[in-house]
Amino acid sequence: MLQLEDQDIHQCTQGWVPVFTDSSQTLAVMSIGFLLNNRDDAVVWRGPKKNAMIKQFIEDVSWGERDYLIIDTPPGTSDEHITVVENLRHRENVDGAVLVTTPQAVSVGDVRRELAFCRKTGVRVLGIIENMSGFVCPHCKECTNVFSSGGGEALAIETGVPFLGCIPLDPALGQSLETGTKYTEAFPQSSTTDSIFNIINKLTSVNIS
Amino acid sequence: MSDKPENAPEHCPGTTSEEAGKASSCEGCPNQKICTSGALRAPDPDIEKVKERMANIKHKILVLSGKGGVGKSTFSAHLARGLSCDESRQIALLDIDICGPSIPRMVGLEGEQVHQSGSGWSPVYVEDNLAVMSVGFLLASPDDAVIWRGPKKNGLIKQFLRDVDWGEVDYLVVDTPPGTSDEHISIVQYLSCTHVDGAVVITTPQEVSLLDVRKEINFCRKVKLPIIGIVENMSGFVCPKCKTESKIFPPTTGGAEKMATDMNVPFLGKLPLDPRIGRCCDEGKSFLAELPDSPAAVAYTEIIEKIILHCG
Repeated sequence: MLQLEDQDIHQCTQGWVPVFTDSSQTLAVMSIGFLLNNRDDAVVWRGPKKNAMIKQFIEDVSWGERDYLIIDTPPGTSDEHITVVENLRHRENVDGAVLVTTPQAVSVGDVRRELAFCRKTGVRVLGIIENMSGFVCPHCKECTNVFSSGGGEALAIETGVPFLGCIPLDPALGQSLETGTKYTEAFPQSSTTDSIFNIINKLTSVNIS
Repeated sequence: MSDKPENAPEHCPGTTSEEAGKASSCEGCPNQKICTSGALRAPDPDIEKVKERMANIKHKILVLSGKGGVGKSTFSAHLARGLSCDESRQIALLDIDICGPSIPRMVGLEGEQVHQSGSGWSPVYVEDNLAVMSVGFLLASPDDAVIWRGPKKNGLIKQFLRDVDWGEVDYLVVDTPPGTSDEHISIVQYLSCTHVDGAVVITTPQEVSLLDVRKEINFCRKVKLPIIGIVENMSGFVCPKCKTESKIFPPTTGGAEKMATDMNVPFLGKLPLDPRIGRCCDEGKSFLAELPDSPAAVAYTEIIEKIILHCG
């Protein structure tokens, strides 16, 4: 998604050097993807091996001075989630979690469980984002709720968790992630860009205490 | 499958070896005591019980995907529904997505509970000829999180295979979570004592999803699981107002059909994005029954026919 597929990880005296998206080094990235010989290699690991890798990522990557660390996780409430919370707890507290759902009930049902996980593990929920929220036909501008509508917002209201916003189903966003273009720079006027920045503004203005 | 545990030393002789627990490399290994007891060399009695249960099941199909959110559970539910349209067939649907059990809601069985009988766990019936099992039926509330690490998930999957009394079944459809981890390794391992017809791998058209499907195909090859074929889900959307088609998830690298050709695996077909499918899943209804003449239902039926043909 960030067009970094051919990059390798290097070691320095402080630990593993993350991959930077450009020479400004504003955005540093770490992923097991950088450790694969071939992009099609399957990582067929049981929990303990995954946990060890995650621990290594948390302890050994030399990020330098950073304002925000964003951790992308797989779906679920299992090894990866338990391990990342446990390991971060030992070093510094997790500011919180952002929960992403699509509007339909089946997805919202899984996010309810994710909320229960956060409650149980003491992770603050910064908010819920409703992704793939409506598709505007580029030909006639009719908006269709392809994956239903409103489920994410309704869940936020029901559970007393902040609702951060909706991101529409935008083929151009998907296309950008495929080709590595920065969507918000390529489409600065789009409603999708507005939605993304609204969410970022809400997150960065959250009082972390 | 390797018999060297994750925490074993580098020169571990293997837990089933004659040297297990006794080799010099075993010193200090946390498993040394259990290895020297010989317990790990004995065949797992549970596997025998799984074999007995599975002997009553003619065809077994795993539904896999590399990526989350591509419609695996939706497909599994509708595959099971479609197969059960022929009332002479007995169909079983097993949900091994332990942390995200969507199947109960999708088939309209949310809130149902599992019952024990003398012959094991009774699955929950959607129709007379369609039985379902999921961790969802074991939870006090559908909102309860299952916060389990791998070993506990593996234990439940084994229990499902060992203890659920499906009876005589023509097709067992197994819905899985995304990825290539504990659940996938375990289901393949536990079913290795029986014949598995193969895996159907679900993807959406974009490269970001195909990237993970290639990994899933390589997983299948690694564990010698036959691949029945690839299904491209969410493949185009027809606007209900102007009827023009949009590729919401653009196939920037040629989509699943090209990938299937490149990787020499069968391509089963494309399923269009139809908002009514998601709505049916939310309401626990069968899209195939509600809208049988829709393009998506026709596409589903054609794919299901191909799967039946493969199973023989």
